[in-house]
Amino acid sequence: MTKTILDELIEADEFLLPGNTACPGCGSTLALRYALKALGKDTVLVIPASCSSVYQAIYPKVSFKVITFNVAFASAAAVASGVKQALVKKGYEDVNVAVWGGDGGLIDIGAATVSGAAERNEDIFVFVYDNEAYMNTGIQRSGSTPPGARTTTTPLGKIVGFKKPMSFLMLLHGVPYVATANVAYPTDLYEKVKRAKKIKGFKFIHIFAPCPPGWRFDDSKTIEVARLAVETGYWILWEGGYRDGKLNLTLSPPSRPYKDPSKRKPLEEFLKYQGRFRGFDEESLKRLRNWIDYQWSFIDNLAGK
Amino acid sequence: MERYDVITGNDAAAWGARLSRVEVIAAYPITPQTTIVEKLAEWVDKGEMDARYIAVESEHSAMSATMGASAAGARAFTATASQGFLYMLEMISWAAGARTPIVMAVVNRALGPPWNIWSEHTDALMARDTGWIQFWASNNQEALDSIIQAYRVAEDKRVILPAMVMLEGFVLSHTAMPVKIHDQSKVDQYLPPYNPPHYVLNPKLSEPFAYGNILFPWDYVKVRLAIQKAMENSVDVIKQAAREFQEIFGIWHGDLIKEAYTDDAEVLIFALGTVAEQAEATAELLRKDGYKVGVVKVRVTRPFPKPEIAKLASKVSHVIVIDRDISFGWDGILAGEIKATLHDYKVDTPVTTKIMGIGGDDILPEHIEKAVKEVYNK
Ligand SMILES: Cc1ncc(C[n+]2csc(CCOP(=O)(O)OP(=O)(O)O)c2C)c(N)n1
Ligand code: SF4
Ligand SMILES: [Mg+2]
Repeated sequence: MTKTILDELIEADEFLLPGNTACPGCGSTLALRYALKALGKDTVLVIPASCSSVYQAIYPKVSFKVITFNVAFASAAAVASGVKQALVKKGYEDVNVAVWGGDGGLIDIGAATVSGAAERNEDIFVFVYDNEAYMNTGIQRSGSTPPGARTTTTPLGKIVGFKKPMSFLMLLHGVPYVATANVAYPTDLYEKVKRAKKIKGFKFIHIFAPCPPGWRFDDSKTIEVARLAVETGYWILWEGGYRDGKLNLTLSPPSRPYKDPSKRKPLEEFLKYQGRFRGFDEESLKRLRNWIDYQWSFIDNLAGK
Repeated sequence: MERYDVITGNDAAAWGARLSRVEVIAAYPITPQTTIVEKLAEWVDKGEMDARYIAVESEHSAMSATMGASAAGARAFTATASQGFLYMLEMISWAAGARTPIVMAVVNRALGPPWNIWSEHTDALMARDTGWIQFWASNNQEALDSIIQAYRVAEDKRVILPAMVMLEGFVLSHTAMPVKIHDQSKVDQYLPPYNPPHYVLNPKLSEPFAYGNILFPWDYVKVRLAIQKAMENSVDVIKQAAREFQEIFGIWHGDLIKEAYTDDAEVLIFALGTVAEQAEATAELLRKDGYKVGVVKVRVTRPFPKPEIAKLASKVSHVIVIDRDISFGWDGILAGEIKATLHDYKVDTPVTTKIMGIGGDDILPEHIEKAVKEVYNK
């Protein structure tokens, strides 16, 4: 019997050990588990302040079976640049150096640093697990929070901003690899990381990672919520990059059907499980729909019809 | 080959990094530091220096990348000044906590506003509580030599802490003077390649481990106390590094302090960097008029040379501290440290603070003379 990619994913070595201190149903740890399976043992993780600096467990224990360096909130992509450059200098070019951080650390406070590393085309991975708020400090709004969602700094769901399109921004840097992923599609994520591993240069992978306590949904529903994000067209799976003088961008298989808006499930399906969208009014809904349209039109324009 | 050249302080600092065979440099431009990293970038580009140069997008990232490189086992260098120094302060503190023996050149410059690009010591002194060893150069030769010595100290397995070497903006950074550029083989003999005594961020050399994850207060205390212990250890290491430097290169810049005319002094002046140099020149003049003035250059402010300072101060009738810096609402920063030291050692010699040369204002011999004469006329 030939092995499927799912078999391969299941059989691949585990580098996220049981007994970590994440909440039940944590999307971020699922994402990390798959990403590490693809990266393998020759990996250095650089982790800015975030839930992942906490859920790796408390000293003297650690639940990651790869070398992990915890660093200040805004510094991760620069630290990783230095680590990689040193390893190259020392003759260890084939070690993967990967930033693993949240939307706050990599899309807000550390964005200039991520942008700098991207612009220099550092040979590193930057993984953002996007749980759409500062969870570690108690669910405050970030630049990646959807407009109208309730957080502790938008307690009544006031509309602020438009959810920063960080993965597009990365694409515009002309880096060789940018992809989005989602914990409900583990093989898609796994294969993307495997493909990215073959590419020299800057690799940015933006992963949708639901957070039960932060989004106020039952912790048995992580995968359902994550899948609905794709099925309603809210989160679009794609990969691309600027390689060999060409900008590539392709929709990933799970998102292809939803290019046609009539195939998408109603947005309300995605919203209804989540307490953060309680009291979501017409205006918020409109804003979020605009944001979704904006994402799709951007992709349509780039990926070609 | 060993040779003399007439070069600026910044070029001397760059030579210090080059002769130390630095492997990774990450830096960001700021006046008056810029020409250090320009020089290094040029050497790296021309292949005269076998290092990786990372042209980062900020000082915060300069220190971050330098720290990452050091934690991965490379000898790493950066340089900054003033606003850039403050911008990287979060990472300055992190680099010490991460026990990365980086060396950084700090070209002292006043802080804004108002904008001022001239010399002042307040920038580096703001980091005296971070766990960095702090050297102060008083001439270009010392800038070069202190960088080499700083690596020796920082990378010593009893220490493993970062070290900064200060040289004053313009006074040294852009002033050319004769500097001996050492023979590379002698430097190699003095400073062997960095051989980290701990795990590094390299899965081919180290088992999986995590550094810096959360720990409880009782463990945190141990980790932080280890920094204090390393600082204490560094005292002897600095002395040994200075002695061996003298043996190999025949140059003595002092160890934690450098004394001038202290043997029979009635009044002692304490100062940092070129201010001490100026005080020494002034003391020479004053001595012709019968004023028995001695000068103690405080070469290292962390670890602070408390016993040495207390002993010297106990033998005189008055101490003058010249600070090219200020802690608003407190005192001159060096003066505050010296007063605390004397109190610790129960030395009751009176101390006068003189704050001079803020924002690059001239410190002339007559200013120092006036301070000394005031003390004599008391
Ligand atoms: C300079 C600085 N500012 C603020 C903080 C406090 N802080 C720690 S984690 C965090 C939020 C992290 O959010 P995100 O990156 O989205 O990761 P998540 O917690 O959601 O996993 C904040 C604000 C800090 N550690 N450092
Ligand atoms: S708060 Fe959310 S992201 Fe953080 S550990 Fe818990 S579930 Fe995971
Ligand atoms: Mg977050």
